[in-house]
Amino acid sequence: MPPRSAVIVLAVLAYLVGAPLILGNRPYDIGVLTSAAALSVISAGVWLTFYIGRIHIGQGAFALLGGYAAAVAMTQLGLSFWIAMPLAGLAAALVAVVIGFPILRLKGVYFAMVSLSLTETARLTAQSFASVTGGPKGILNIPLPGAVEVFGLTLIPDFARVNPHVALFVLATVLAIATFAALYRIVNSRLGWLFRSLQQNEDLAASIGVNVARLRVVAFAISSFLGGVGGAFFVAVQQSIYPSTFQVQDSIYLMLYCFLGGLGYVFGPLAGTFVLFIAFEFLHGLNEFQPLIYAVLMIVLMLWLPNGLLSLRLPGRRP
Amino acid sequence: MSLLEVESLSKRFGGLLAVDDVTFAAGEREILSIIGPNGAGKSTLFKLITAFLKPTAGRVRLAGEDLTGRSPHVVARCGVVRTFQETTIFRDMTALDNVVVGHHLRGDATLAGFFFGSRRARASEAAFRDSAREILDYLGLGAVAGEIARNLPHGYLRALGIAIAMAANPRVVLLDEPFAGLNPEETDRAVDMVRGIRDRGITVLLVEHDMRAVMRISDRVVVLNFGRMIAQGAPLEIQRDEGVIEAYLGRPDDEL
Repeated sequence: MPPRSAVIVLAVLAYLVGAPLILGNRPYDIGVLTSAAALSVISAGVWLTFYIGRIHIGQGAFALLGGYAAAVAMTQLGLSFWIAMPLAGLAAALVAVVIGFPILRLKGVYFAMVSLSLTETARLTAQSFASVTGGPKGILNIPLPGAVEVFGLTLIPDFARVNPHVALFVLATVLAIATFAALYRIVNSRLGWLFRSLQQNEDLAASIGVNVARLRVVAFAISSFLGGVGGAFFVAVQQSIYPSTFQVQDSIYLMLYCFLGGLGYVFGPLAGTFVLFIAFEFLHGLNEFQPLIYAVLMIVLMLWLPNGLLSLRLPGRRP
Repeated sequence: MSLLEVESLSKRFGGLLAVDDVTFAAGEREILSIIGPNGAGKSTLFKLITAFLKPTAGRVRLAGEDLTGRSPHVVARCGVVRTFQETTIFRDMTALDNVVVGHHLRGDATLAGFFFGSRRARASEAAFRDSAREILDYLGLGAVAGEIARNLPHGYLRALGIAIAMAANPRVVLLDEPFAGLNPEETDRAVDMVRGIRDRGITVLLVEHDMRAVMRISDRVVVLNFGRMIAQGAPLEIQRDEGVIEAYLGRPDDEL
């Protein structure tokens, strides 16, 4: 294994083991890291839609959809969380395919406007379909992820029987690692080449044989799958879901994480989510000034590093 | 034998017949130019052939296979590839990457193979780079392969547009005004380049205003005026055709 990959693997392992050791009995603090990791998964989806040249301000809709799909699967169908979570991703991807074909024909500000309306649409839908979603009261008392056993061998312990904060932290971190590893491979493979061609010029891409309409939908479906999985994860954390669990504001934040991390970098949403989410928590002590200072920080960051945090490289590593 | 056949092709935009019952054919390794005054329907005809527009009536065939009503990307994969009038390129990629993209549509490794970086995928990727380099060298772009496309001078961009089309492995390439805005020296090079494409066994259709270049390079010329085809033939015949002269210069006015 080349030394650089080894360093990355060791750092990730150290984080995965070290954070619970240090923060294991501080549920709030480890919860911040858990949320940041899960949000980075959802935000990775936003990034992929940006990667094909669409401004996506509606990821909250797919997170909400995934959350409800998982909640319904667990409470009404009695499925295990471990099945409900991928199902939630697939449900979000399916909806993305259906609405993606028409709305992805739009570009620029037009797609942005439609995507902005998606979160509100999802919220109102959740509120109105009370028979399935419980309406404004939401779905409560959702169990924690249960144990996974194969031939009596416990692969994953019942989250209720171990420290659930640590268990959820490990799950979120593993999801984030898997997500960004997959995203990295996608971007550096044929699919990445074709996505880049869409981002640059759809007509030119079509003229050399790229199936533009289908690939746009593929990207949007992967993007929404990540949103759905992330949404399902938050259902496991909060053990409840309401129409307001993911709001327009969340969709905007998810987009900002990508912006500030860097749209040109696969790991941009990861960096953006961690830095901004944790920074917001650090500003907690400022009480009513928290959003103001946070907003100023964001504006400064955008002006100072228009290509995102990851464009800030150490001098020695400039390619 | 004709490779590309255009049969009674028409396109109506509201009350305007932009292309009106146009029929012609292009053979293997032929350079066929489509000329005509501004607004004659040349660009519309190009879009109809490459399926960027759906014709109101008529057919387009490649080697007997009907391409009418297909999607642009299907027509491109069948081997009919266009370039664009403006400098349409993948702006934020290097010149080399611009050409590599097109190769990704014809590799034999699977998507999953690319995802996991299989040996075959890696071999294809190396082959794509070699082939892209060869195309760039052939079109005189070898020296700028590593430059980001948007930084390239204008003259290079048009060649790059053609290089992108070549990467899709076309049987017929349609060049939209390849000589526009070039000085005589650049035009000479571009003319050689178009001949070079033909010499690789590709049929070339071009829309062009530069008559000197058209007459030098074309095997045959099709003339459009107000959407109708008013003449077709060898360059010398076209130059003597009264209908063509009239379309370009107007009719002598008897009443003066």
